[in-house]
Amino acid sequence: MTITSKISRRDFLKVSSAAGAGLVLGFYLPYRDRLLAAETDSPLDFEPNAWLKIDTDGTTTIMVAKSEMGQGVMTSLPMIVAEELDIDWATVQMVQAPAHPKKYGSQNTSGSRSVRTSWEILRKAGATGRMMLIMAAAKKWNVGIKSCYSDKGTVVHRPSGRRFTYGELVNTASKIRIPSNVSLKNPDDFRIIGKSIPRIDTPSKVNGSALYCNDVKLPDMHYATVSRCPVFGGTVKHFNADATLQSNDVVDVFEIDRGVVVLAKSTWAAIKGKRLLNVTWDEGTNRDLSSKKITQLFNKRSEKKGAVGRKDGNVEKALELSHSTLQASYEVPFQAHATMEPMSCVADVHRDDCEIWVPTQGPQSAQKVVSKLTGFPLDKIKVNVTLLGGGFGRRAFNDFVTEAVQISKKAGKPVKLIWTREDDIHHDYYRPASKHILQGGFDNNKRLIAWSHRIIAPSIIFSEYITFPIPFKEKLDRVALHGAKDLPYTIPNILIDYKMANTAIPVGWWRSVYHSQNAFANECFLDELAESAGEDPFEFRLKLLSNSPRHANVLKLAANKSGWGNPLPQGHYQGISCHESFGSFVAQVAEISINEEKGVKVHRVVCAIDCGQVINPDTVEAQVESAIAYGLTATIKSKITIKNGRVRQSNFHNFKILRMDEMPQIDVHIVSSSESPGGVGEPGLPPIAPAVANAVFAATGKRIRKLPILPKDLKTI
Amino acid sequence: MSQFTLTVNGKAHSVNVDPETPLLWILRDTLGLTGTKFGCGRGLCGACTILLDGEATRSCMTPVEYAVEMEITTIEGLSVDSKHSLQLAWIEEEVPQCGYCQSGQIMTAAALMKEKSHPTDEDINVAMRMNLCRCGTYQRIRRAIHKAAQVM
Ligand code: FES
Ligand code: FES
Repeated sequence: MTITSKISRRDFLKVSSAAGAGLVLGFYLPYRDRLLAAETDSPLDFEPNAWLKIDTDGTTTIMVAKSEMGQGVMTSLPMIVAEELDIDWATVQMVQAPAHPKKYGSQNTSGSRSVRTSWEILRKAGATGRMMLIMAAAKKWNVGIKSCYSDKGTVVHRPSGRRFTYGELVNTASKIRIPSNVSLKNPDDFRIIGKSIPRIDTPSKVNGSALYCNDVKLPDMHYATVSRCPVFGGTVKHFNADATLQSNDVVDVFEIDRGVVVLAKSTWAAIKGKRLLNVTWDEGTNRDLSSKKITQLFNKRSEKKGAVGRKDGNVEKALELSHSTLQASYEVPFQAHATMEPMSCVADVHRDDCEIWVPTQGPQSAQKVVSKLTGFPLDKIKVNVTLLGGGFGRRAFNDFVTEAVQISKKAGKPVKLIWTREDDIHHDYYRPASKHILQGGFDNNKRLIAWSHRIIAPSIIFSEYITFPIPFKEKLDRVALHGAKDLPYTIPNILIDYKMANTAIPVGWWRSVYHSQNAFANECFLDELAESAGEDPFEFRLKLLSNSPRHANVLKLAANKSGWGNPLPQGHYQGISCHESFGSFVAQVAEISINEEKGVKVHRVVCAIDCGQVINPDTVEAQVESAIAYGLTATIKSKITIKNGRVRQSNFHNFKILRMDEMPQIDVHIVSSSESPGGVGEPGLPPIAPAVANAVFAATGKRIRKLPILPKDLKTI
Repeated sequence: MSQFTLTVNGKAHSVNVDPETPLLWILRDTLGLTGTKFGCGRGLCGACTILLDGEATRSCMTPVEYAVEMEITTIEGLSVDSKHSLQLAWIEEEVPQCGYCQSGQIMTAAALMKEKSHPTDEDINVAMRMNLCRCGTYQRIRRAIHKAAQVM
């Protein structure tokens, strides 16, 4: 990883002066691909954002400010430190840090980047700690450093066999100057990294003791629900709360920005009170918005050129000169996150400070939001990050934090805000719907010489500021190009352009973000091109991947492990796809059959992943299984549709998610690699929709150009 | 408000609640047994599954009256030491991700195993298909149930 190579030890490590007993090393974890203050500022000014603490009893505590939402960061990050520090894994404790505006750098947990961005620094921090402990032992024995070595939480003097535990050395070590030169372990010597170490949060998740936000209880805490306008952008006209106020345990009914609040003494009273409310809404300007209208908007926007994201050669000319050409367009709907734990937040606003408990992927943005709402400075706002009952991007938004704080402020009490599942499905920040127009051209040797891909989609990053009609001609949203612009196939003429098509539907980060839509378009179209060239979809891809060895490698592995091209059970068909995202390379082969009534049945998915150096293989497998299951819901089960300005789905009966009997067998094959770690939370998702769609073509001869693939779409075959 | 006596995990509790309150909220808010989760409130997801006289039941749809004089078991009462064979198998197979659905999954599996000590894949499909897991841990749940069956 090049980004950290410029940091010298002194820049990113310091011994904490407030240490007391023990050795406390503070260090800095960078955010995204940007370097830290330490690089530009004077090293003396730098504030560590993560801590490694070794107590005199040898207990090692690692404090890192990333949120645990099922992806295993509470285990994988400490594993890296423990490896280089050379300690017994059993002595490690992980502490999740609360939000702090500066102390921990960015605490955002998104973009599959927790391990990716922390890897090298965590290693260096561990290695530096180990070196200091060796130096401390050498000093105490009055011997040369070279005659000492570490051994699982102890330092040994080689000639005499004498031994100190780390705990016995920490006080001496804390007075040693941080060494400027430490060497990292040779990966061949790893004994923790690369092993399937059990997750530290698992035991609490099988006996009901794991604490989620919904489980927080404070003295005198009240419970709140909010009735919000189902039409996006609508407001309260008036309401009648008579029935609600007569209901048991309801304490108050009042308005906040987003709707009408029912404050009660129990969750049930708040839910029931909300059902009894009679609110008349001013539905505003979006009351006629529908999926149909949005499709029309996309179609209209698709006619003209967009902002250019990539231009290799001259596609227009190449298409003109092509011996044969192909065009297809694909459509992908809105999707809900539907985390298993609906949104919730506990807020306790006092006269001049505030504390909240929140399952968030962005503790600091939550803190800022609270500061703005209350007028309190950041240091008067404590944000406790609870376990997340699923994140998938939804909990990067703070709408529910805003509500909880407004309610607690008005009520003058600690309040737990509860969203029902209906609230959650109706008021999400949805995966943007999109349309994709692709064109390809072959020369007379059947060589693919032209590829163009126009993406028409709402922009997430600009959605809050720019609504339709768009006030300028074209604007490039680079995020919307993810997975389209970085097409790995060697084609001399490529054009990728983007047409912004914002609507009133709130959009947001949904597991793998635009990769999910763009991979579907890319990989389905590639299959169409292979067919028109009369080639096998695997061979066709492989030929075009001559300059992308890591893609080619996973593609071959997936094909090989799935028995691509070999006979399959009667009625079974395979589809293949390949996509890179968040620094990891994934290829999948889906094996399906089709049932008239039930639609597509996915029997097995063989997945090859190259995510660089693996920290915890079992976590990688689990995340791939999870991403495939999550992606399958969007591929064969559900979509979000709009009618009369509102979302038509409301709960799991009409936003159906994948079930036990629909879960395919998933075989994950991890490429052994010493490249820097890539992400694992998301990269397993983008390839699944095209792999399944391509398998449906193999089964039926029908091209799938719209998701999800429902039984009725297959009936006409 | 009305008075009810409920037997939860072997202990009798007297509660004074709105008679319409589903059992789920009494367990969570009144008795502080928060291992049972709220996922949909309409019997669609299984996160709130408990055992009523040994039978897997959606507590979000169970009127409190119905549960009176029945034996209520929640995840907290499945075993005294968190060492029920399913809990051990769940740990061994590293089933949970976010973990939110898992109490419900384990309670449904416990009811299944009481009926069929060695369930087949098809038995598992039938028994578990109403328990949703957005993290997609199904493959591991299946493995863990088979594993627990081996040691039982
Ligand atoms: S919360 Fe009871 S079934 Fe979903
Ligand atoms: S583990 Fe997250 S919903 Fe099942």
